[in-house]
Amino acid sequence: MLARSLKQFSRSSRLSLQLRGYAANPDRNSQFARLSEQDLPSLASIFSSPDTSLLTTLGEKPTATSDDLEPFNVDWMGKYKGQSSIIVKPKTTEEVSKVLKWCNERKVAVVPQGGNTGLVGGSVPLHDEVVLSLSSMNSVRHFDPLSGYVSVDSGIVLENLDNFLAQKGHIVPLDLGAKGSCQIGGNVATNAGGLRMLRYGSLHGNVLGLEVVLPDGRIINGMKGLKKDNTGIDLKQLFIGSEGVLGVITGVTLSTPVRPSATNVAVFALPDYESVQSAFSSARRDLGEILSAFEFFDAASYKLVRSHGHAAERKTFEDGEDAPFFCLVETSGSNKDHDDEKLGAFLEQLMESGIVNDGVLAQDETQIGQLWSLREGIPEAAGKAGRVYKYDLSLPVEKMYSLVHEIRQKLSEKNLLAAEAEGGNGSGPVKTVFGFGHLGDGNLHINIVADAYKKEIEEVVEPYIYELVAKHNGSISAEHGLGLMKAPYVSYSQDSPSLDLMRTLKKTLDPNGILNPYKCVTAE
Amino acid sequence: MFVSRVNAIRASRKVDINVLVPIKRCIDYAVKVRVSPDGKGVDNTVKHSMNPFDEIAVEEAIRLREKNKSLVDSITAITIGPQKAQDTLRTALAMGADKAIHVQAEHNVEPLQVAKTLKHFIDRDKFELVLMGKQAIDGDENATGQMLAGLLDCGQATFASSLKVADGKATVTREIDGGLETVEGNLPMIVTTDLRLNEPRYASLPNIMKAKKKPIENVKESDLPVDLKNRLETIKVTEPAQRTGGQKVDSVDELVEKLKQNALI
Repeated sequence: MLARSLKQFSRSSRLSLQLRGYAANPDRNSQFARLSEQDLPSLASIFSSPDTSLLTTLGEKPTATSDDLEPFNVDWMGKYKGQSSIIVKPKTTEEVSKVLKWCNERKVAVVPQGGNTGLVGGSVPLHDEVVLSLSSMNSVRHFDPLSGYVSVDSGIVLENLDNFLAQKGHIVPLDLGAKGSCQIGGNVATNAGGLRMLRYGSLHGNVLGLEVVLPDGRIINGMKGLKKDNTGIDLKQLFIGSEGVLGVITGVTLSTPVRPSATNVAVFALPDYESVQSAFSSARRDLGEILSAFEFFDAASYKLVRSHGHAAERKTFEDGEDAPFFCLVETSGSNKDHDDEKLGAFLEQLMESGIVNDGVLAQDETQIGQLWSLREGIPEAAGKAGRVYKYDLSLPVEKMYSLVHEIRQKLSEKNLLAAEAEGGNGSGPVKTVFGFGHLGDGNLHINIVADAYKKEIEEVVEPYIYELVAKHNGSISAEHGLGLMKAPYVSYSQDSPSLDLMRTLKKTLDPNGILNPYKCVTAE
Repeated sequence: MFVSRVNAIRASRKVDINVLVPIKRCIDYAVKVRVSPDGKGVDNTVKHSMNPFDEIAVEEAIRLREKNKSLVDSITAITIGPQKAQDTLRTALAMGADKAIHVQAEHNVEPLQVAKTLKHFIDRDKFELVLMGKQAIDGDENATGQMLAGLLDCGQATFASSLKVADGKATVTREIDGGLETVEGNLPMIVTTDLRLNEPRYASLPNIMKAKKKPIENVKESDLPVDLKNRLETIKVTEPAQRTGGQKVDSVDELVEKLKQNALI
């Protein structure tokens, strides 16, 4: 319904790839077999239509060029690049099962891949792993309007699923900027958070059932649409957020709330971070159950988003363009008059108490989309401004923003922060450091935009930023996951018995370690 | 000194203009319109908001005043519609209109009756400039502005993409097929707005609060000297044909063959 479809994830072939070849990525595990042309007929025989299900650059008659394979090998930021020469796109769960069994028997490493919109290098190969793309499994299997759940193939694109449910008057309890490309299976595998989390909670609550293929080819059919099911250990929870290291999700049963019929969006300009916190606690108190999103972004984020795309066209505020902080509040409910009254009282109180400098309230659906694009357009604008280091942290709300200052200061001390950036002093490669995020969930995104991915920037920020997070008892990954990027730093957020247990689970389910190697759960 | 100031004010009053902005509450532009079950209209239970062309007209009126404070004396928004249409008037007031008139009518009123109603208020309150959307996005009739100019026997400039008002004249650039046309005429004048005239502002919180205190005059249908009864009856409303999916072909020859099969070439 909301016209917020971002095209940010369409990959441009013109994208010049500046890859971080210097980073200490793990070497190829020599235990894994290397595939050659001779293996192809046997692999191809698995598929009902090998022409469309097997893409490879191997052999005398390759079925694809390396350009065809690039979208599967490179993540959308252009930060991680793999060397895979085989992509498989099974059409059924049975085919997925056969592929995994085939790979497991031969000790061939596999990377399960959804929409490849991940931000931590978890969805692309590192070396020559086979990419198992779920893109060809994209049907809705069953929708039950009364019980309020939908069963789908895991490769369905989030936005397509939401559009399907919109026609039925329901909603996916998950929304994020990448919705036009990301797939529900990938969302579940990474336990994606996003924009509706404040209202509907996490996927650990909203996923009712999963169909998962284990590395040895066994299929776990847990596609039940039950809200309550206390029959032993809840296995599906194991796979939610496991980043494809334990099994491949092929089907998802998701709870689907009734779509709110009345939506309001307001954006405010605020004088300081304390006011952001006051506005948040007022919103929770005064808006109650209709509060569906509370997002914040800083002046540097706003400056960036105003310099690109739709938001560039006009000022948002008469008297708040230069404020240091901005918040976006969304309400969703079933009765517009009721919501308007509540929101009106809330806004009036905010203005009168001086918590906000200025603000605007969307008057129609188009404006709702435009105001959302101020917040949702930030990652896209950052991507256009340069190479982006993304840190996705969970922190107590009151401590949240001080981290942005600390990172700016640290970069500035090392003369890496350009004068044009807020807090900058020199001619360094870092153009801007900004913070935005889901205040309602205590989730801060710190982005660092630089001319290029450079070792000296990374060395200053990592692990410094993780140490800061650990000091505040936060999490080094709120919603992006560990992937390749954060796997080495997991001990900042997990104690060693927890890590041991994760490794035990990995070894039990995937003794050959073929699934998504080098990422998430790694050997000590 | 005092006398000369009064004279100056009087002199300036002569060129002061009062702007009337007729607006309509329509199904929201971004909402998918569905035919109602009886096939004689559309599902009206969905979200409504101000006709986008009217929003542009409100914005232009406010910009005229912002550019030249002494030029515009008042901006009045007017609508004909159900009780809910007051929300749309409040939006216009929050954007910057000074006052509003709400003519209550439960049914969708036809352009000629709308034009006659507007004429009634123009005769009563004297407006020198009427800024209105070139059409409403629900009926797409593109008729009310032209009819109103005819009834008032005054100039009209439709499809405006730019507007200048000075010395009792309005200069309007119009979007026409394949180019632009600039016309000029004496006030009073009817100007209908096109999409590229401006981009409307957001309603700010301080202005939304101020708008709550601005006056809305309520007029009953029965108090009008105009009969709002429709002359047309809607017989049938149908949805456009569903788009069918495309088809992939492997070669140019196959493409040509398929096109011939379907009698497309």
